[in-house]
Amino acid sequence: MADEIRIGVFVCECGLNIAGFLDCGEVRRYAEGLENVVVSTVNRYTCADPGQQEIKKKIRELNLNRVVVASCSPRLHEPTFRTCVAEEGLNPYLVDMANIREQCSWVHSTDRKAATEKAKDIVRIAVARARLLKPQKENEIPVTDAVLVIGGGIAGIQASLDLANAEHMVYLVEKQPSIGGVMAQLDKTFPTMDCSI
Amino acid sequence: MKDVGRHPRIKLMTLSEVEDVSGYVGNFNVKVRRKARYVREADCTACGECATVCPVNKYNEYEVGLATRNAIYIPFPQSIPSSYVINMADCLSKDVITCNKCVEKCQKRCIDFDMRDEIVELKVGAVVVATGMDVYDPTRLDEYGYTRFQNVVTSLELERLINAGGPTGGHLVRPGDTKAPKRIGFIQCVGSRSHNRGNPYCSNICCMVTIKNSLLIKEHYPDTEITVFYIDIRAFGKGFEDLYERSKREGVRYVRGLPEHIEEDPSTGSLRLKVENTTAGCIEEHELDMVVLAVGLEARKDGDKIRHLLSLSQTSDGFLAESHPKLMPVDAPTRGVFLAGCVESPKDIKDSVTQASAAAARAGVILSSDKIKLDAAIAVVDKEKCTFCELCVQVCPYSAISASKQNKIAAHVTEAMCAGCGSCAAECAFGAISLRHFEDAQYMAQIEAALAENPQDTAIVFACNWCSYAAADLTGTSRLQYPPNIRIIRTMCSARVNEKFVMQAFKLGAPVVLVSGCHLADCHYMAANRSTVKRMDRLWSRLERLGIRPERLQLEWMSAAEGQKFARVMAELDERRSKVTPEEIEQTRKALEAADKKKVA
Ligand SMILES: Cc1cc2nc3c(=O)[nH]c(=O)nc-3n(C[C@H](O)[C@H](O)[C@H](O)COP(=O)(O)OP(=O)(O)OC[C@H]3O[C@@H](n4cnc5c(N)ncnc54)[C@H](O)[C@@H]3O)c2cc1C
Ligand code: SF4
Repeated sequence: MADEIRIGVFVCECGLNIAGFLDCGEVRRYAEGLENVVVSTVNRYTCADPGQQEIKKKIRELNLNRVVVASCSPRLHEPTFRTCVAEEGLNPYLVDMANIREQCSWVHSTDRKAATEKAKDIVRIAVARARLLKPQKENEIPVTDAVLVIGGGIAGIQASLDLANAEHMVYLVEKQPSIGGVMAQLDKTFPTMDCSI
Repeated sequence: MKDVGRHPRIKLMTLSEVEDVSGYVGNFNVKVRRKARYVREADCTACGECATVCPVNKYNEYEVGLATRNAIYIPFPQSIPSSYVINMADCLSKDVITCNKCVEKCQKRCIDFDMRDEIVELKVGAVVVATGMDVYDPTRLDEYGYTRFQNVVTSLELERLINAGGPTGGHLVRPGDTKAPKRIGFIQCVGSRSHNRGNPYCSNICCMVTIKNSLLIKEHYPDTEITVFYIDIRAFGKGFEDLYERSKREGVRYVRGLPEHIEEDPSTGSLRLKVENTTAGCIEEHELDMVVLAVGLEARKDGDKIRHLLSLSQTSDGFLAESHPKLMPVDAPTRGVFLAGCVESPKDIKDSVTQASAAAARAGVILSSDKIKLDAAIAVVDKEKCTFCELCVQVCPYSAISASKQNKIAAHVTEAMCAGCGSCAAECAFGAISLRHFEDAQYMAQIEAALAENPQDTAIVFACNWCSYAAADLTGTSRLQYPPNIRIIRTMCSARVNEKFVMQAFKLGAPVVLVSGCHLADCHYMAANRSTVKRMDRLWSRLERLGIRPERLQLEWMSAAEGQKFARVMAELDERRSKVTPEEIEQTRKALEAADKKKVA
């Protein structure tokens, strides 16, 4: 069955950052019971090399076509896990993250039971989304190697010189008959107390 | 400056303005109007003979009116390009009578009245906006008598009065009677740091400008008595405190307190003011020969044109908004556009230069690649479903969508211009436009999963990736605690939240729903969150019509830095959740089902 959804859920302990405040084993067992979830494992540090190897191994062995990482915020490690699955030939957009650290273990650190229940919910939500994820393609477009700089005060002058010296063609557009901006009107300038032009 | 004029890879166009911009990152098409100079730039040697015969005398912009210029003039001796220019509005030859004096005088024959404006078309991959700022005009502040009293000047005018190249050859005199002032007062924060006079923000440079000028005056005229009236002195940069200390050592007196108003003695031109010295706790009276207003900086009054052409946004102070105040300080919200200098915020030369180099480096990243990748999470149209209503076109902050009701042309998304906020997908009533990777079906599945068990104990929170979701993360990193009943669903922008998501949550038994996004002026997608406001208003009235308490739906603005606020808002939300009874939830469910049935029927 080519289009059967096969999800792997990787629950991260993040040392004690997650495991210290909720029951990762229970989250794993719960995840494995969810529809379309083929496997779930607990890893000490999923973002570290052994953790990533585990994801790749499971994709290979079990033909996973969706990956859910239950760990930290996607703002932190989504790029990491996208690259990880891509290296194993899976489209990087087929990963979702369940944020059970910033938004669970760390904010409910005094109630292990509630934190564990919430982590299960977060995983369930991520799995629901993962089922419907589609592979995506990042289009590429060509670039014209030239830049427009609008305004020829000190800022426009500096930007133009840097870009031109880096071999780019620069069009510097200035409204006034001369470049210079306000700086050209100044006498001496702080902090060096020397001339402005 | 000279390097710009002769650099082989810089094409300098002065007297020019951008008239039109189309396209997108990597591929902008630009139209520039080059106004006629009436003097052939390449031939002019700036000998100045022409100006000696020009009979016209006009306000000299460069000297801020402290001198005059002719109709044919060079802005200042070191101008780049080093060429004269004719201001046609001032020139007598534009009328029937032809003056022609300058043409007769110019030996190189570089004056050409037949020159016309030219439109130049450019193709560029990136744009740096460095249009600078306006210097605050204190005429509006009548209490200081600027323009009424001749010896009240601005700090910019003072720059010209002490400049060896200025109208007085660098001899400091007061404009009223060209006498050397012996007692000079500086008033700080003119047009800054005030809610009713000028602008509320600190202009960043004027304390240092005053300190600098006090030192320059003391250097040339050590006997001058200088008093500075201030709120507090902001000498925060490298080497700044040293200059401040030096100024005090030179005898400059700093008085904490701003005068209410200035009076003039018409017989002497001297100025009198009263000020409460808040350090000493007494009222002081001062008689001064000249008063310098340390004017602030403000956003350019003519800045809107560029802002609209490039789809940029402004912060509440009127300066251009950056993509992220900490992590993307020189990227504009439109990809491929970068900000440099005072157009982004008031700053000194060093910071302007630093930011310009940063903007150049960021632009260089794009220009140095043959091709760039676009994020896949952008809008796509199902043309079959499109009814040409143009609603998506109206809510797109980037003008990335085109469609035509009149000509029945289905919506089309220019992919490179789409930033992926998803406002269009939330607006389309026909499901014709959706956001890749953040589709309606995926959100509906998340909502359903969130409410699958014990919905009565669950508060649903839609959080924008850039602010409230980040604030939620910060709450975690700061180990702040909040009730565990919150289920957060991430959207790239609050404007992605479709009304049906909220209704679905209520239908599935959610006691409360919260939609959160960036503060209105800080939206990561320009002003997409204004659509959020409209949708929320529609939702609240819909809930009311259905007999559902609108308080159960909440809207909150938060920044990524407001972790504490996030924790507090969550606690309050959970409090409100706990007050919603099972009966109320059941009633809501029934009301919504009935409404659905009515729609089907
Ligand atoms: C009185 C005074 C004293 C100061 N003294 C000091 C000092 O001693 N030390 C210091 O570090 N800083 C000082 N500053 C601050 C300094 O002037 C600014 O930091 C600097 O000028 C900012 O440069 P900019 O290029 O961003 O803007 P600007 O100098 O304003 O240059 C902007 C340029 O863009 C052009 N432009 C605008 N709109 C368009 C358009 N639509 N199309 C094309 N061109 C356009 C303008 O004509 C102008 O040439 C002082 C400022 C003032 C007012
Ligand atoms: S820099 Fe100084 S004078 Fe200028 S607004 Fe700020 S505090 Fe006032």
